[in-house]
Amino acid sequence: MDWGSILGNAIRAFVGTDAVYFALAAIGLNVQFGYTGLLNFGQAAFMACGAYGLGMTAQYFGISFWWGLPIGLLYVVVLGLIVGIPTLRLRADYLAIVTIATAEIVRLVVRSVRFKEYFGGSDGINQFSQAYRDLSPFEPGATYGITPFRFTGYTLSTLLPGWILVAIVSAFVWSLMRSPWGRVVKAIREDEDAVRSLGKNVYTYKMQSLIIGGVIGMLSGVVFSLDRGSVQPDNYSRDVTFYVLTALVLGGIAKVSGSVVGSMLFWFIFVFVDNFMRELTADGPLKVGGVTVIESTQVGPVAYMLVGLGLMLLMVLRPQGLFGNKKEMALDAR
Amino acid sequence: MPAEPTSETARAARAALATVAPEPGAREPDPILVANGVRRAFGGVVAVDVAHVEVQRGSITALIGPNGAGKTTLFNLLSGFDTPDVGEWRFDGHNMSRVAPHRTPAMGMVRTFQLTKSLTKLPVIENMKLGAMHQRGERWWNALIPPLWRRQERAIEERADALLRRFRMDHMRDEYAGTLSGGQRKLLEMARALMTEPRLVMLDEPMAGVNPALKQSLNDHIRSLRDDGMTVLFVEHDMDMVHDVSDWVIVMAEGAVIAEGTPEQISSNPAVIEAYLGVHQGKAMTADR
Repeated sequence: MDWGSILGNAIRAFVGTDAVYFALAAIGLNVQFGYTGLLNFGQAAFMACGAYGLGMTAQYFGISFWWGLPIGLLYVVVLGLIVGIPTLRLRADYLAIVTIATAEIVRLVVRSVRFKEYFGGSDGINQFSQAYRDLSPFEPGATYGITPFRFTGYTLSTLLPGWILVAIVSAFVWSLMRSPWGRVVKAIREDEDAVRSLGKNVYTYKMQSLIIGGVIGMLSGVVFSLDRGSVQPDNYSRDVTFYVLTALVLGGIAKVSGSVVGSMLFWFIFVFVDNFMRELTADGPLKVGGVTVIESTQVGPVAYMLVGLGLMLLMVLRPQGLFGNKKEMALDAR
Repeated sequence: MPAEPTSETARAARAALATVAPEPGAREPDPILVANGVRRAFGGVVAVDVAHVEVQRGSITALIGPNGAGKTTLFNLLSGFDTPDVGEWRFDGHNMSRVAPHRTPAMGMVRTFQLTKSLTKLPVIENMKLGAMHQRGERWWNALIPPLWRRQERAIEERADALLRRFRMDHMRDEYAGTLSGGQRKLLEMARALMTEPRLVMLDEPMAGVNPALKQSLNDHIRSLRDDGMTVLFVEHDMDMVHDVSDWVIVMAEGAVIAEGTPEQISSNPAVIEAYLGVHQGKAMTADR
């Protein structure tokens, strides 16, 4: 068993690009769900807005790559309005149902053959990010850093800007949430009728929160597709939303640091568990007393099962998450 | 019998209402709120059908009636939280029929709820500050630049602290609202409503779930609102409290206003006694729908 490799991979995942794009998506979801109480189960669709905003500059519009950001922003606003206008007047659960359905519709539309011309179908879009790559000061093939924090120049060209983006977005959300605006959205989470009776337009605030969280989710999609150098429809399926939600809950909701550290820990734990089991089954199936416990082909799914189990335990033993406020959580029981 | 008027404003309110005929739909000398033909049915059940009702400016008006009389429904209609099938009402001359509930506080009309809506995961002081109107920092683009709203925020905080002291809640200032007792939540909700600087305060059962010791001080607080020039309309079950604080009483039963008058006139009104106690047992049961 190579503990060095297991730990090294896990630590790299802790600060890797996956943690970056999860952190951004989780911060966005935190604005919507953690602070405002909007149950958005379609964060993947907002992430896809960012990815396809970039990808379509090359695939369909044939314009400069840099238009990708404003286009993605436009997609988020349009999607937010489409989802928000009918549902934000209703109870929270309607938004949950509509967002999960919308995210699937978005994914099925962009991967459909009918719209291949615009979105590249199920193959997605490749080769759109050269303009971005050209700016990178790092040699793509070379490796930089000290063990275990060694990354290729290719990875670093999105990893470093990614973490800077996480820092900026965290500061943005943190300052929003300590302002009177943040007070209003937190109050909406607690009781929207009370907020309405005090003269605030609850609907507008919910829409703002949905779109601000969506724009942050969009940035997540931008980082992800830049890192992969491709836009794939199936990277924006329901699973992604729920893993991000998992990372958010792991860190503790309604805390900016919780979304970031939660995402980092999520990937650390996941990679650790996955690599550990791979090492375990590297020399053939693991057997206990003649009974096969696990084979190498089963590692992938089992890793997800264990992550799920861990989350259940977390919910039972520490429902406020790692950084959540226990005192706040206890108030729910009243 | 109610105590003698304790303050100048109380005497003024009593004097203004002394000449008003004690009958349903009474016309008052200076009404701040006037409702006409407000009707709301849920399916086949007519919850509210009020032909005419007025609330005298600067008075404390009680809205009483047996369970299911439609008091809270009328409250929801007047505050915009529910929409009537027909009817119109005016607050200070403004037609309120098409006004969304979040617009009424800016016009000077604020309400509280029967089941308290304290924002449990916000500290008491944040609950209070939420009530202030026209906050620059409540626009998200301003929110990012604290210098734009910090001074206003400080002024709001001072006002909130003063109100907390007045309601003797200042020791709870930094506690989560969720840790307050039922009575304290009622006080917080009333204080928070005052942060909007209203002219008409509508309290939905301010005494429900409040312990007797706190009731007396709540009464005093309600009286002090009138002393500060506000008009109070409140829904209540507790007849003792109604006698104690109100200048005028509106009695509802089965969705309609069945009597109006001063507390003295109401307590001897046969229609009210019938609605509350029932002349015939069967009649009382229907009134208690």
